[in-house]
Amino acid sequence: MTAPLLSIRDLKTYFYTEAGVARSVDGVSFDIGAGETLGIVGESGCGKSVTALSILRLIQPPGRIEPGSRIEFEGRDIVTLGDEEIRDIRGNRISMIFQEPMSALNPVFTVGDQVAEVARVHAGMSKKEAWDRAVEMLALTGIPAAEERAKQYPHQLSGGMRQRVLIAMALMMKPALIIADEPTTALDVTIQAQILELLVDLQKKIGTSILMITHDLGVIAETTSRVIVMYAGEVVEEAAVDELFAKPHHPYTEGLIHSMPHIGHDQERLNVIPGTVPAPTDWPRGCRFRDRCPYSWELCEAEHPPLYQVGVAHTSRCHIAIEPDRRNHPHTPLVVEAGVGAA
Amino acid sequence: MNDTQPLVSVRNLKKSFPIKKGVFAREVGAVQAVNDVSFDVARGETLGVVGESGCGKTTTGRTILRLIEPTSGEITFEGRDVRSMGTSELRALRREMQIIFQDPVSSLNPRMTVGSIIREGLTIHHLAEGAAADARVRQLLQEVGLRPEYATRYPHEFSGGQRQRIGIARALSVEPKFIVCDEPVSALDVSVQAQVINLLVDLQHEHDLTYLFIAHDLSVIEHIADRVAVMYLGKVVELATRDDLYREPLMPYTQALLSAVPVADPKARKDRIILQGDVPSPANPPSGCVFHPRCHHPAKDEACSRIVPPLEEKAPGHFAACIKQPPTTISWEQQKQAGGVHPPERYLPLAAVHA
Repeated sequence: MTAPLLSIRDLKTYFYTEAGVARSVDGVSFDIGAGETLGIVGESGCGKSVTALSILRLIQPPGRIEPGSRIEFEGRDIVTLGDEEIRDIRGNRISMIFQEPMSALNPVFTVGDQVAEVARVHAGMSKKEAWDRAVEMLALTGIPAAEERAKQYPHQLSGGMRQRVLIAMALMMKPALIIADEPTTALDVTIQAQILELLVDLQKKIGTSILMITHDLGVIAETTSRVIVMYAGEVVEEAAVDELFAKPHHPYTEGLIHSMPHIGHDQERLNVIPGTVPAPTDWPRGCRFRDRCPYSWELCEAEHPPLYQVGVAHTSRCHIAIEPDRRNHPHTPLVVEAGVGAA
Repeated sequence: MNDTQPLVSVRNLKKSFPIKKGVFAREVGAVQAVNDVSFDVARGETLGVVGESGCGKTTTGRTILRLIEPTSGEITFEGRDVRSMGTSELRALRREMQIIFQDPVSSLNPRMTVGSIIREGLTIHHLAEGAAADARVRQLLQEVGLRPEYATRYPHEFSGGQRQRIGIARALSVEPKFIVCDEPVSALDVSVQAQVINLLVDLQHEHDLTYLFIAHDLSVIEHIADRVAVMYLGKVVELATRDDLYREPLMPYTQALLSAVPVADPKARKDRIILQGDVPSPANPPSGCVFHPRCHHPAKDEACSRIVPPLEEKAPGHFAACIKQPPTTISWEQQKQAGGVHPPERYLPLAAVHA
């Protein structure tokens, strides 16, 4: 097997706030291969976006990437790079597509200028060259009359068009990796379908790796080949996408899949995960999902679970891997017995 | 009052917002946010209203409560004309009709305790005072799955899902018959969303509530609604029972909308109808059928851009606004006169049928 494009080992990104140390990303490790689409799924506060920002070293104080964390990309450790070197990677070798296309664009420049700027900064292209390339990329992302649109300002474009502009910008330097952080969450469902199709298409054409970050399991199922599930700052499960949906191992993954209403499935009540995500300043000891889990037992409080190997290229951070029979005897989660967050 | 009478009835509802320009705020046009919408909501049912941003679903919900004054049309609640009500009548009516908002942060006053937020309605409507009101607040909190002692805390101390429960307790406090739920779960995480949906379903059974449930998420609507109205550019383009709508969507827009939802199953069939372009501006909607520029119906032709399709019954209880989906009251002769070249034909793309 060839070396992965990006290799993250024991990434810890902590925020030193007045309320205490928020351990938002707390020992995350994973790899992305060349040309692969890896999904990270999880709910608000699980650390998925902070992981993405850490890869680009966009963490601002009071946050910092803790010593000992490693982010290896094309043979270099991003964590220890100088400012000059990291700027050379950002937007060039790794680019990012953000959730909110309006706030990611500068309102006082035309979209063409903003897309062209990427090539002027990173490839030293002339104004004319960069503009032509920008128009070419805008056309590639399916913007009709790209030449005309390039001369417009962000407010003159619809949300879907703005997201295409951001994608064009991300593709300008044909990066090795694109990080897409909830790229379709702010869009309507028919526009979301257009954008997802576009991303999948472009990836086939250009061969870029994509890190797809989302809370939407539907988006995961349709765009990724391998998935990481994050909960409370940690990776709790990793598997190939088919395997994850067919045989979720971690009770959190299981709960997440079953709590979604599915079109075409008649069900009177939705399954729920009771309770809420704990605060990052105060992760519970032992297993962080223990209070909300229907299978937890003494071991889960006593010992923080490691990532168990539970299948081929399938890992799960749940002690049930060593006592699988407990899955047949679910109990009322502790959080419900305590009388909070009732289902 | 008989039981067959709908609880809420809306007829030809219109709401336009003026577009103003220049120093003198001259009116230069109008946005037709809601354009000739009619429907009934039966007692005890949940009518889902689904559509994309700017389709007019929220404005529709708010005009029913007269939180936004409609431009024209009729709204009746238990046979009473809502539009002609004066201030005191309207206040009394608001005891019977409540709303739950999308954003659980901005819809709760950060300076008020949870207890006083919930108590406010009790005081305004003279339902309870003093110790009785305190007891009622505690009971309401329990009913929505929160601890009674939370009454003394402030909204910022709660998570999004808990705040939405507080909003629900506030709506329930005045014992309403009808609640407009305006995207009540779209700001919430998936696992919390399921908790709140289950709570709303349980409360409906316990209190005989009638819901107008507004959402952009088709899977949430399928789960909670008995009947569904699909809106596009200010109009209801399809209205049917949930089962009919999801099994056999007739309006091409509904078909595309259903097929666009990402399916959380990697093995699922992936063919889908990808609509071209964006939703046009409601300030300048297309002529004829508002959906025609993006429509994929094989019989689409010139007539679609000239004839405004009526919302008509295509099958028992299944209404759709499409002159190309038979049966239609717009005869083939009329369509030909309007430039039509393709006679209506039944079109049910496989991609639209999930079940």
